Amino acid sequence: MDVGDRAGTGNLGATGERPLAIEARGLVKRFDGFTAVDGVDLAVPEGAIYGILGPNGAGKTTTLRMLLGIIDPDAGLRRVLGAERPHDVAHAIGYLPEERGLYPAMKAYEAIAFVGALRGLPLAEGRKRGKALLEEHGLGYAIDRQIRQLSKGMAQQVQILGTLVHEPKLVIFDEPFSGLDALNQGKLEKMMRGLAEKGTTVIFSTHVIAHAERLCDEVAIIAGGKVPFAGPVDVARDRIRPQVRLETRADDGTWRAALPADVRREGRFWNFILPESGIEPLLRALIEGEAGILSLSIERAGLHDAFVAIAGEAAARALEEGTSEEQRA
Amino acid sequence: MTPHPAQGRLSTFAAALVIARRDFTAILFSRSFIFFLIGPLFPVIVGVLAGGIGQQVHESAAQPVLGVAMRAADADAMIAARKALDPRIGANLPEFVVIRRLAPGEPFDPAEALKGTGANLAAIASGSPAALVLTGPKERIEWWQGPVSVVAAEALGRGPKTYPTVSLASTKTTTTADKTDTRMRTAQAGQTLLFLLTMLLAGMVLSNLVEEKGNKIIEILAAAIPMDAVFFGKLFAMLGVSLVGIAVWGATGGLIVLAGGQSLESLADPAVGWPLFLALGAIYFALAYLLIGSVFLAIGSMATTVREVQTLSMPATMLQLFVFFFATYAMTRPGSPVELAAVLVPFSSPFAMLARAAQDSAVWPHLAAIGWQVLWVVLLVRAGSRLFRKRVMKSGPQGTKPKRRGLFARKARA
Repeated sequence: MDVGDRAGTGNLGATGERPLAIEARGLVKRFDGFTAVDGVDLAVPEGAIYGILGPNGAGKTTTLRMLLGIIDPDAGLRRVLGAERPHDVAHAIGYLPEERGLYPAMKAYEAIAFVGALRGLPLAEGRKRGKALLEEHGLGYAIDRQIRQLSKGMAQQVQILGTLVHEPKLVIFDEPFSGLDALNQGKLEKMMRGLAEKGTTVIFSTHVIAHAERLCDEVAIIAGGKVPFAGPVDVARDRIRPQVRLETRADDGTWRAALPADVRREGRFWNFILPESGIEPLLRALIEGEAGILSLSIERAGLHDAFVAIAGEAAARALEEGTSEEQRA
Repeated sequence: MTPHPAQGRLSTFAAALVIARRDFTAILFSRSFIFFLIGPLFPVIVGVLAGGIGQQVHESAAQPVLGVAMRAADADAMIAARKALDPRIGANLPEFVVIRRLAPGEPFDPAEALKGTGANLAAIASGSPAALVLTGPKERIEWWQGPVSVVAAEALGRGPKTYPTVSLASTKTTTTADKTDTRMRTAQAGQTLLFLLTMLLAGMVLSNLVEEKGNKIIEILAAAIPMDAVFFGKLFAMLGVSLVGIAVWGATGGLIVLAGGQSLESLADPAVGWPLFLALGAIYFALAYLLIGSVFLAIGSMATTVREVQTLSMPATMLQLFVFFFATYAMTRPGSPVELAAVLVPFSSPFAMLARAAQDSAVWPHLAAIGWQVLWVVLLVRAGSRLFRKRVMKSGPQGTKPKRRGLFARKARA
């Protein structure tokens, strides 16, 4: 654990900040001798959109399955909505698994009601809400259609609505964007933001950095079953010093001494990492040395760069490969 | 943050009800359910058709006759006597047909005549009514010897002029031995019916979780409700479907029996009486179904494909056959340790107890047996669901055993 670590700084439940919807410490899961999750710590604040970011096979799904109580950890502690056994708060949780599944012969609104009924919502109420949700999300024409009559993307939307029909306090999406086209990905992002605005905690796993970067307040970067970073996205990005891109009229002068040694030159441009001393001493040296500043930009590192720095090149490559495979599919 | 009690997941019963309701309606309103209902009628239709054809063949075939080869007067006397005695002898003796009117002193070889003729001769009566020789296959002529002598006596004018009237007063059972024997038949019939129904219906449970696993719905179920509830719900849904089927088949069969003017009179009253026997039959069917079904469901849940399920169905049927044979064997030894073992072994218990209901009027053993069987259903379902969670859902400590390969090997997901 690194910067932004909450779960790693004390006992479960003692944070002193926003109350936590999910806390996990030292979660371990082995399958036939293979350690899929190796000491994962998480702290998900209530009402946050929290991303678990990692390549395929990193341990994202296994971690989520442990948090949901589908499987029990071999070691470690978990607390979900204040309960040590996730099943004790099952009615307050919505879950969209990675591998989607609905009964093909069920009608769309019945499928939503069924998922709600599993979470304690009376069937009649679930049917009513199912129809309303379908109408609200532009799927009114599909209310009476069987799941097998819907496209894959539409069926996925129906399942997402089923995840929300009982109005859970915590929603866990496992790779929610996979299988959705760009339009529906946008709709889902909007829906997730809407949920967070209403105070619902949204936690989702993804191997697409862009989704995490756009949506998340906080992320956990997971690779090889371990979480090398968990915390606010800004803190992750701050792990990489900003890049400076400077354009000068003069080619040389006393001001050059203020630039770092590993500066790269491209024509009139100078590219370098912002020195630890900050921008002010640099600007002063440039002006006093009459460098003739034509332009200067400071670019903050993206989450991708942060991911590379935190999880390593290999994990970043695996992440990119996973994204490319999905795009090809 | 403190969890609110109302946020907890559904109770096993409530969750099982959600699953059972979904499965029951999904099956009941599927097209394949119609085929399920009419499926058992196919053998009946084939049987009726085959029976009709057989009857036609039987009727069209020439009936066996008993040939008479005697002097003309004797032959006519024999024919007349057979006709006169027809109300008394009836079907105990075939019709008489004169095959040869012999001249005085004319030689006749009945054995040769039986070989050579194309007619449906079963035997030949030759000689004279006073010294009659019956020639034919040993068993037949021994059977007909008596009635033929009565006909010969009538032909000679030595028969009685009148016959006394014999009134009939039939009873279902006449002796204790008869009663035991017929109750054994009732017990056997009950057991056989129970076995046929469980064999026909319990096999369906094998493939019951394939859909959920194939559709990945199992993840949603496992996250929301206890796995025990999934197993109980599926089992009870299939039991409900089976009971609907039995009700339809029973009603159809009952109508056919009533239309045929038959009744259960051919079976002796079971010791506990018909109403309780039928009620116990329904309960023991449900329990036999749930006991076998819980094992099948657990076995089937380990399979990933329909092909694997098909492979498993043969040993499953063998298991059922073994249970049936054990219970049938035990039935013939009431009160013996074998019968006690059949009652105590959960899978054979419903069969053994139904046989006991036919033979013994005591009711309390049934209450105890039902409790015992219910306990085993619960234990087996819980064991099955735990096995499923551990082997398929990969829950619980996995240890560091070497990777298993084979029919039920699963890859770790992450």
